[in-house]
Amino acid sequence: MSHSQSSRTALLWHIGVWALFALVIVVLPYIFTSSSSISMMSQMGVFIIFALSYNMLLGQAGMLSFGHAVYFGLGGFFTLHAIRAVNDEVWQFPLELMPLVGGVGGLAFGIIFGSISTRRAGVTFAMITLGIGSMVESSANMFTDFFGGESGISGNRVTDVTLFGFSYGPSIEVYYLIGAWTVMAAVAMYLLTKTPLGRISNAVRDNPERAQFVGYNTTIARFIQFSLSGFFAGIAGGLFAIMFEIMTAPNVGLVQSGAVLLMTFIGGVGLFFGPIIGAVLVTYMHTALSGFSEGWILYFGLMFVFMVMYAPGGIAGVIYAHAAPWRAGLLWRLLPSYLLVLLPALLAIAGLVAVVEMGYQLSLAYDPSSPIDLFYMQINATSLWSWLVALLGLAVGIAGVLATARVVRARWAGVNRSMQATGAKT
Amino acid sequence: MSDALKLANVHKRFGETPIIRGVDLAVAPGERHAIIGPNGAGKSTLFNLISGRYTPSEGEIALHGKRISGLAPHQINRRGLSRSFQITNLFQNMTVFENLRCSLLWAQGYKYSFWHLVGRQTALNEAAEQWLERLGLSARRDVPASLLTYAEQRTLEIGTTIAGGADVILLDEPTAGMGLAERDHTMAMISEVTQDKTLLMVEHDMGVVFELADRISVLVYGQIIASDTPEAIRANAAVQEAYLGEAH
Ligand SMILES: Nc1ncnc2c1ncn2[C@@H]1O[C@H](COP(=O)(O)OP(=O)(O)OP(=O)(O)O)[C@@H](O)[C@H]1O
Ligand SMILES: [Mg+2]
Repeated sequence: MSHSQSSRTALLWHIGVWALFALVIVVLPYIFTSSSSISMMSQMGVFIIFALSYNMLLGQAGMLSFGHAVYFGLGGFFTLHAIRAVNDEVWQFPLELMPLVGGVGGLAFGIIFGSISTRRAGVTFAMITLGIGSMVESSANMFTDFFGGESGISGNRVTDVTLFGFSYGPSIEVYYLIGAWTVMAAVAMYLLTKTPLGRISNAVRDNPERAQFVGYNTTIARFIQFSLSGFFAGIAGGLFAIMFEIMTAPNVGLVQSGAVLLMTFIGGVGLFFGPIIGAVLVTYMHTALSGFSEGWILYFGLMFVFMVMYAPGGIAGVIYAHAAPWRAGLLWRLLPSYLLVLLPALLAIAGLVAVVEMGYQLSLAYDPSSPIDLFYMQINATSLWSWLVALLGLAVGIAGVLATARVVRARWAGVNRSMQATGAKT
Repeated sequence: MSDALKLANVHKRFGETPIIRGVDLAVAPGERHAIIGPNGAGKSTLFNLISGRYTPSEGEIALHGKRISGLAPHQINRRGLSRSFQITNLFQNMTVFENLRCSLLWAQGYKYSFWHLVGRQTALNEAAEQWLERLGLSARRDVPASLLTYAEQRTLEIGTTIAGGADVILLDEPTAGMGLAERDHTMAMISEVTQDKTLLMVEHDMGVVFELADRISVLVYGQIIASDTPEAIRANAAVQEAYLGEAH
């Protein structure tokens, strides 16, 4: 039948995409060779797993958690304790499999805390996860043997107990270890979406009531999904521990939980690959911006607010919205209008950045009149002219964006009309 | 042989307001039983009580002789009772095919499995494809439920209810809002797919009711005032007065 044939093409297509994903991971260090790039890309792998595990909750099951770092962080602590045990020669376990220790730890606590939080859905669930998150974070002060107090705990990942002939001292070896786990975990989480549990999680997200009337206990479905999500978060935490060789209390904390929510949302919760984009982008911006500016969290916040308001499907959603025009061969009608918005948008962003940086300079700098290097210029925060120019750029930029956005909307309307006329699938 | 469905002195109050006021009802296995009654009589509330969405304030409900009142909806569904909704209640973001497949998962024993890939379960997928055909929705297989026409959504609502293989089916106004041709088509489809099943149906259209039902119960202001064959109901003076008279 044609169905089995089309499912075979679908299978090949899937294998192809994942092979490409793996290939990119293998090749990247040959392109970006500096040690800071290797370190950043390693972090991207860790956060890809973490964000995908978070999306098992938010995107796939409609569960908004404010405490997902609990499973990530605890997984990291368990892994590091296991590594220390091997350091102390009281245990033998290969480093390559250490993330599994984190996974089991994340799973165990996912089961424990999930059995409480998944009894409720919606806002109540979100509040419970917030409570558990702050509880675990503050309990780090009580259980100092486990969390290591202020200084955290550290270990040496070069345990000399390995499966393959690597020491995992050099960061490139750690990169490939993380890369291998990233591919395995991402494929596993992808396949999970294709299982009865994955389908029912979607059903519970869309319409929990109907799910009950086709025989499902929605609490149990959410609970199992939550626990498995804890498992993958724990694996991410384990890799984080291997990479940094230190874990501290904030790793289980609310800020970390907020960060994974941010990444996942910016990437896009509605499509499987959304969180991958989010993790890569946010990690990159974090690394690039935090070195550049005190205000990077503010920029993040603005970007997040902007996405929530104008692109709730995240970057993946924006990409996906262009799939239909692309198939219909109409993308060329949209792109010029985007270029038109881009110019005033860049001006607005430049104005905004200048205002923010000057603001920080005035309130934080030892000498506020010392010049700031920005856009290959030197700007003085105490000069009225700088402020006027920056604010003018911001205002003109925003006005320009508002004006040109109309063109984009008109183009979209035209494209939609053409697609409807030709009966193309939207 | 025990009744497929039996209600004994069932009451439901919302706060102080009595909505269902002592309903007794017995539906024999294989029977097609219609419930008619004016708007607000409590027909949907009765369905909500039977299917576990609400628990009765008083009284008992039994399925095949076993008590089900007090059980959760999923437990009642697993015992072989399935229901549709007056207001379409689908998995809106899922395709037609996915909706049907989801309603087959528990019935086919997959439970919460995370070690089967649904795409590779031949029997499951064939069953879902067959339902697509029986419902006449094959051409709309990959369309999200939210983008279906109203009549298609109603059809899928019925399909989702019946596909899981429950032997007692509750349909709440399955053809409400449909045009005449669609209604005839849907009723023929319901009649076909509920062969050998026990059917309890709320319906406003008298033509449909008198044609399909073996028995009819008339619910007025939370009480059943008559329960009999279509001919007897048509002749019943109290029913004429309370309901049929009012409707014409
Ligand atoms: N959850 C609830 N809380 C309070 N009152 C309710 C609730 N559900 C139903 N009612 C009330 O119970 C009465 C019966 O409602 P129900 O929906 O069962 O009527 P119905 O016979 O199905 O009417 P229709 O023919 O319009 O569908 C109505 O007055 C309604 O307002
Ligand atoms: Mg009703």
